[in-house]
Amino acid sequence: MTSTVTPALAVLGLPFAAFLLLAIVPPLRRAGRVAGVLSVLAVGLALVIALAIWPSANRSSAQALWAWIPADGPPLASVGVLVDHLSGAMLVLVTLISFLVQVYSLAYLGDETGPSLGRYYAYQSLFAFSMLGLVLAPTFLQMFIFWELVGLCSYLLIGYWYDRPSAARAAVKAFWITKLGDLGFVAGIVLLWAETGTFEFSALFGMAQAHTLPLEGLATIMFLIYLGAVGKSAQFPLHVWLPDAMEGPTPVSALIHAATMVTAGVFLVTRAQPLFALVPDILGLIGWVGAFTALLAATMACVESDIKRVLAYSTVSQLGYMMAAAGAGGADAGFFHLLTHGLFKALLFLGAGAVIHAVGTNDIFRMGRLFGAMPQTGIVFIVGTLALAGVWPLAGFFSKEAVLASVWEAGMTGPFLMLALTAFLTAFYMFRVVFLAFFGRGHAGTHHAHDAPWLMSGPLWILALLTIVIGARFVVRGVGEHPAPGWLATLSLGLAGAGILFAWTTYQQALVDPARLASRLAILDFLARRRYGIDALFFGLYRGFILGFSRLIGWIDRYLVDGLLNLLSAWTLRGGDALRRIQSGQPQDYVYGVAFGVLLLVVWAQWLRR
Amino acid sequence: MLNEYLVLAALVFAIGLFGVLTRRNAVGILLGIELMLNAVNINLVAFARFNGDLVGLVFTLFTISITVVEVAVGLAIVIVVFRVRRTIEADRLDLLRG
Repeated sequence: MTSTVTPALAVLGLPFAAFLLLAIVPPLRRAGRVAGVLSVLAVGLALVIALAIWPSANRSSAQALWAWIPADGPPLASVGVLVDHLSGAMLVLVTLISFLVQVYSLAYLGDETGPSLGRYYAYQSLFAFSMLGLVLAPTFLQMFIFWELVGLCSYLLIGYWYDRPSAARAAVKAFWITKLGDLGFVAGIVLLWAETGTFEFSALFGMAQAHTLPLEGLATIMFLIYLGAVGKSAQFPLHVWLPDAMEGPTPVSALIHAATMVTAGVFLVTRAQPLFALVPDILGLIGWVGAFTALLAATMACVESDIKRVLAYSTVSQLGYMMAAAGAGGADAGFFHLLTHGLFKALLFLGAGAVIHAVGTNDIFRMGRLFGAMPQTGIVFIVGTLALAGVWPLAGFFSKEAVLASVWEAGMTGPFLMLALTAFLTAFYMFRVVFLAFFGRGHAGTHHAHDAPWLMSGPLWILALLTIVIGARFVVRGVGEHPAPGWLATLSLGLAGAGILFAWTTYQQALVDPARLASRLAILDFLARRRYGIDALFFGLYRGFILGFSRLIGWIDRYLVDGLLNLLSAWTLRGGDALRRIQSGQPQDYVYGVAFGVLLLVVWAQWLRR
Repeated sequence: MLNEYLVLAALVFAIGLFGVLTRRNAVGILLGIELMLNAVNINLVAFARFNGDLVGLVFTLFTISITVVEVAVGLAIVIVVFRVRRTIEADRLDLLRG
């Protein structure tokens, strides 16, 4: 066992131990805050270990495998951990965001009752364990298992306030839509196993390198695997679940539906890059779908008035960015954007949570002038917004430029134009939120808002500082392996600046009337407000197709299956009723029967002897 | 000679069976059973006599003593039934009717 494997197992085991403790010791769980502190300590320790092994994980990859399903010859499936530069960075990101979000939740969910807070932290620990298991997985099968576990945690945490019908519905919706993609994922890995006989990444990559991988049918397999990523990373057309997932508590949205779980799809595509590289058609598809998703989600974010939903659409949009980079063959650029995006999107969500906590509404049109009331939150929120808009010298600028550069160099002009337009829209809709919520006109109820307690503002400041520091590090050292054309930085900065300026003139200076703007772009406005009818389409499919099918099945069950059984039982009853009359209860009748039977036997025996 | 004995035994057995099947009184049924058993005894004795095998005689002694016991138990049951149901007519003892 190499030096990084044991610590990686410890990172994996700590949150799991916390979850087990909370799950099987009810008094601990019902204690609420104690459970929270336990969970925070576990993930905090995991963060320290993850930070300690990050440098060595970056230098060399280590893998440990244990046989899981034994078979004749090599085991059918193995479990283990794979620590390399990808999983090392993800370990740090996941434990860091988990830790900060769990600390933040101590204050944000402080009003919850003990048992429900304990339940929350049990789910949080389970999520941290599952996500870490996912990124450490050395085989497709193990990845799939943890993939489903994070899906379960997502379902549980979206439906945390399960007494709200909308939250329960959103949880089920998220579960079903992602399952649709997972169906493809599991079919893909099973087909891949049937072709190659292994689930292991290292073996598969070795085959890919030695050109011994059977290429026939590989495109279908990789497309199926990509479907899993489409569902999890909310790519068009399966993006509909993510905005609804905002029904969960805001820290959950920050952790699961912005920074970590939804990036699992991008991680999958990055991890399986050597396999995807063999099928350029699928890569092209990934790129186009990613860019299209980015643009579509950005337009929807422009008309949304719920601050969390704006952020949700921007998450969908940024996931599209990452996927587009992966599709253009620049999986490293996509992964880079994944890491920086994880930081500043968590920052934005937690900032939005602080705002919602203070104002008591999600509607940005009912906020305003919050900067004066809560300057700390305002500053960190603006830092996050600038990073998301891709403004130099913050972390988002460098990763976004790397994404754009890789798409441009792959010669994908169409996706590049879509992504550039998205960059403009991103800056516009984010600063629309900033100007509407933090500046502009004040509203009743916003003047007594105040900054969040230190448990909440601490994580915000840490994330804001990291966003700045990482950006500054790239300013000093350069991005290195991403040689972007010189005009690209100018272009992306110009687009971001134009977006910010446009938002400023529209929502701060009111030089442009938003209503008139909307009427000029009436069709787009109409479509975007109705989410391009995709939700309605899914709903229609559900009503028309699934419900209809279920009714058919129900009819068959009720009248054919049940009918057959009822018929059989009716016949049995009737037969029994008819036969009942033979039993007269009179001993002499029975003796008569016996005598007659013996006589028959004797006659039969005589007849046989003849 | 053996045939006459066997015909006699068959006749006694048939008479006993007829009694068991037709008597309405439980005591009559018991008597029918006695006749059937004695038909068997006649058979055993006859075969023992003509085959020169004493086992048949010994078996007959057993049968007779068991028959005595059987009658004692049977009559006891009849008495108990009479106490409970106030009748010993077989037609009316039909609690097991389906």
